[in-house]
Order: sequence, then C-alpha cells, then structure tokens
Amino acid sequence: MRMLINVPETVVADALRGLAAAHPELTVDVERRVVVRRDAPVAGKVALVSGGGSGHEPLHAGFVGPGMLDAACPGEVFTSPVPDQMVRAAAAVDSGAGVLFVVKNYTGDVLNFEMAAELAEDEGVRVAKVLVDDDVAVTDSLYTAGRRGTGATLFVEKLAGAAAEEGAPLERVEAVARRVVERSRSFGVALSACSTPAKGGPTFDLPPGELEFGVGIHGEPGRERRAMMTSGEIAEAAVDAVLDDLRPADPVLLLVNGMGGTPLLELYGFNAEVRRVLAERRVPVARTLVGNYVTSLDMAGASVTLCAADEELLRLWDAPVRTPALRWGR
Amino acid sequence: MYDGDFAVRWMAAVAVAVDREAGRLTELDSAIGDADHGANLRRGFTAVAEALAKEPPATPGGVLAAAGRRLISTVGGASGPLYGTLLRRAGKELGEEPAVDREGLARALAAGVAAVGRLGGAVVGDKTMLDALTPAVAALSESFAAARSAAEEGARATVPLRARKGRASYLGERSIGHQDPGATSSALLFAALEEVAEA
Repeated sequence: MRMLINVPETVVADALRGLAAAHPELTVDVERRVVVRRDAPVAGKVALVSGGGSGHEPLHAGFVGPGMLDAACPGEVFTSPVPDQMVRAAAAVDSGAGVLFVVKNYTGDVLNFEMAAELAEDEGVRVAKVLVDDDVAVTDSLYTAGRRGTGATLFVEKLAGAAAEEGAPLERVEAVARRVVERSRSFGVALSACSTPAKGGPTFDLPPGELEFGVGIHGEPGRERRAMMTSGEIAEAAVDAVLDDLRPADPVLLLVNGMGGTPLLELYGFNAEVRRVLAERRVPVARTLVGNYVTSLDMAGASVTLCAADEELLRLWDAPVRTPALRWGR
Repeated sequence: MYDGDFAVRWMAAVAVAVDREAGRLTELDSAIGDADHGANLRRGFTAVAEALAKEPPATPGGVLAAAGRRLISTVGGASGPLYGTLLRRAGKELGEEPAVDREGLARALAAGVAAVGRLGGAVVGDKTMLDALTPAVAALSESFAAARSAAEEGARATVPLRARKGRASYLGERSIGHQDPGATSSALLFAALEEVAEA
C-alpha cells in the first residue's frame, strides 16, 4: 500500500504541522498534541474539548473554532489520546465557566478522559462529560463495550458548541449534548478495509463482491459480511437499521458521511437513495450534510446518521460556525 | 529479595520483549481490534525504559509506580490506563520497602490486577488481559516459571472465547477463534519477570 507519508512514526505530528500552516486561526502544539482556537479562553464561555485517535479527520481538530470545539487532542492513529493532553487542553481553554469533554464511546477514550477529568478537577477546572454512542450496529448490552461513537459526534460538537457560543452555562451545554446523543443514531458499511500506517496495509481482507455490514471507524470488520449491494439497497438497509432504534418525532438532521475512500460523486448518489428511503418511511429531513467528516483513513464506504431535531436543535444547527472543516453563517 | 534495581531490569526486559513481539501483537490486534497494540505498547515501554534508565527510583514500589505513570502518559488507548493502573497500583502496594520477596510481589501484583478489573469492568473469561494476568499472579506465589506458564496458557485459552469488553466485543461471534492481543502482551510481562529473576 502506497501512502503519502514520510515514516509511520511521524504521521500525526506531520499532519499537525500542516494543519498549523494552513490555519493560523488555530494554535497547534505539535509536541504536546493539542489544537486550540487562537482566541481561547473566550471570556465567560463554556469550553468544549474533544479528542480521539487520529485517522478520522477532519474529526476532531478540523472542528476547532468559533461555534464548535475550543480544543481537540489528537492521539496516535486509532488510539485514544493520553490524559495529559486533555488536561493541558482544558487548562488552555477554561475561562472559569467550565469545560465539557465530548467523548466517543470506546474503552480507551472513556478511560483516558475519565482520568483527565479527575486531574483537571484537581486543578480547579469544572468538568462535565458527555459520551457519544450512536452506532446501532453494536448491540448495547452487557456483552459488548456498548454502542460506538461515530457520526453523531459531529452533531454533538456542532450543536453543543453553538449553545456554548450563545453563552449557555455548563449544565445547559451538557444537557444539549446529552439530548443530541439521545436523539442520534448511525449505521455504516465498508466497501474496503483501511490501511493503517503502522501496519502498512489493509487491516482485514475483504474479498471482491462482498461488503462489511455494520462497521465502525477503526478498520475493524463489521458485524457481518454480505454480498455486494447497490447504493439503493445499502441506503434501505442503513436507514432501516437506524429507524429500528430511533423513531424521530421531529424532522431530522441527516449526515451522509464518507469513510474517507469513497468519492463525493458516489456519496451524493447515496444521499439521493437515502432521501428516497426516508421519504418512503415518512421521515422529513430538515437539514442535510454530505461529505467526509468522520472518517476511517482510506476506507471506502459510508454511514448514515440521523438526529431528531427539535426547534432549538435546528436553531443551533443553523448558528454560525467557523472551523477548518465546517463553516457557515456570519 | 528483589530490589529497585531488579524492578528496573524487569521493566527493561519487558521493553525488549514488547519490541521483539510488536509485529505479532499488531497482527493479533488486526484480526479483532485495530492493528496498533504492538506499536502502542512499544512506544510506552520504550518510554518507561528510558525514564527508568535516566532516573531510577530506589525502591521496587517506586519503579513500578513510575513505570505506570509513564505508560498512562505515553500509550493512550485502553492499554495505557489499564497497564498503567496495573503497575501504579502494584507499586503503591509495595510502598517504600527497599526490597520484597516473591510473595510480596505476588500480593502487590494481585492488587494491581484487581484495580485493572475495576477500571475496565471486565472479569476472567471476557477475552481480555485479565485472562492472562489473573492466573499468572495466582501462580506467582508458587514460582516465577509457574506464573509465566499460567499467563501463556491463559492467553492461549482466549482463542475460543467471545469478547465481551473492548473493541473486539463489537465483532460479536466473529471474535471467536482469535487470541486476545492484550492477554498476549500481558504474558510477556511474566516471561520477562521469569527471565530477569532466573538470570
């Protein structure tokens, strides 16, 4: 597998140097792996800090900026960052109004953010945490680590970030984030494995003519392998899997998310199929976002995330945002 | 009796073993995880060995606690907090004692293993590092060799299990038939311990 890298050991640091060069509105500490919006701490504002393994770009560093995250902590590829990073980020962005940690539900992320929250609180920072677990491909039971955090992370960071930008106090920002988690579900498929720099090749073998059904975003195989399906068939399966778990009483925010290796041409075609299925299931769509946002390196495939958006969530979605990967409004 | 210098040599031997086996750990992890266990532990234990070589704490408890802290701040993922907690808790248990016997080491590591269980919420049979660690610390009161072989046996015994914790649990039935990478790396800890103790 050919990769546009120098050596596997420096991919994260190299990317951070490049991010810094492209985005002077961010303060990037390449050494300590913390990305902070340059005007932080913003007086009186609750700060949002997230982080996770690298390889999901633009998540999370690409979502740092006004209206979304105050800081992001990138770990090694597919590996949760360490507590020191989150503690440093929290200290850099806390205005005194408190910090919300947005944590994707993976064992590593949960453990490291838990340790970080304790350490940050020892340093006098008020910390709240929200766990994102939207992937319906994983049964939430005693026999698994619980549903994975995937596409809904973008919704949580955008909507809670907008609430914080409006001046909402920590409890309120946390409540918005929790509401978004409760109202969001995702389902994804992979048409190819991804290649991690450490391994230098695909993380699993996927024979031609087959797809992985119910995948996460770490190059792990899915729940089952199926014979290749058309875009329309995948849309039906994905939307129905989501609607099995989420009965939206409100119009939905729709994220048609690419995993990193599927062209936009295919993603837009897939979006058309997803909209057709949603119309057939009588689910109105309030807003749509199509693109590669929560990715899995070079994996081909896509996921569908729905968030049942009440009026407040819709207003927060439309609020201005100014980050490397998501920007609209003012 | 085993002193601070012994603990430093143990950690250095773990670093060598992890470095040697990194490819295999990553291979196991790519079957049911995300193909980075070897690289992550190598980064962590290399950092531990460097830190201990530079400033070796005087007591075995101090060495293990420092190693645990170093792992937590360099590894990330689930392995960082879990391995970090194992060693930090064991180090704490040893306290300021300048040297310990094998039974004392077994008791301290048992406390570390219990802390890992509490942190990760796993029990033996969930296809995790506990499947190697738990029998190993029990056998350590017998001998270093018994601990090593119990750990290796425990790691092998994860093959037919279905994962109930961590990333492998997402695979459900598909996790069956693969050896758990965390249990495999845990066994390296006890292989290194025997190696250093018998040297």
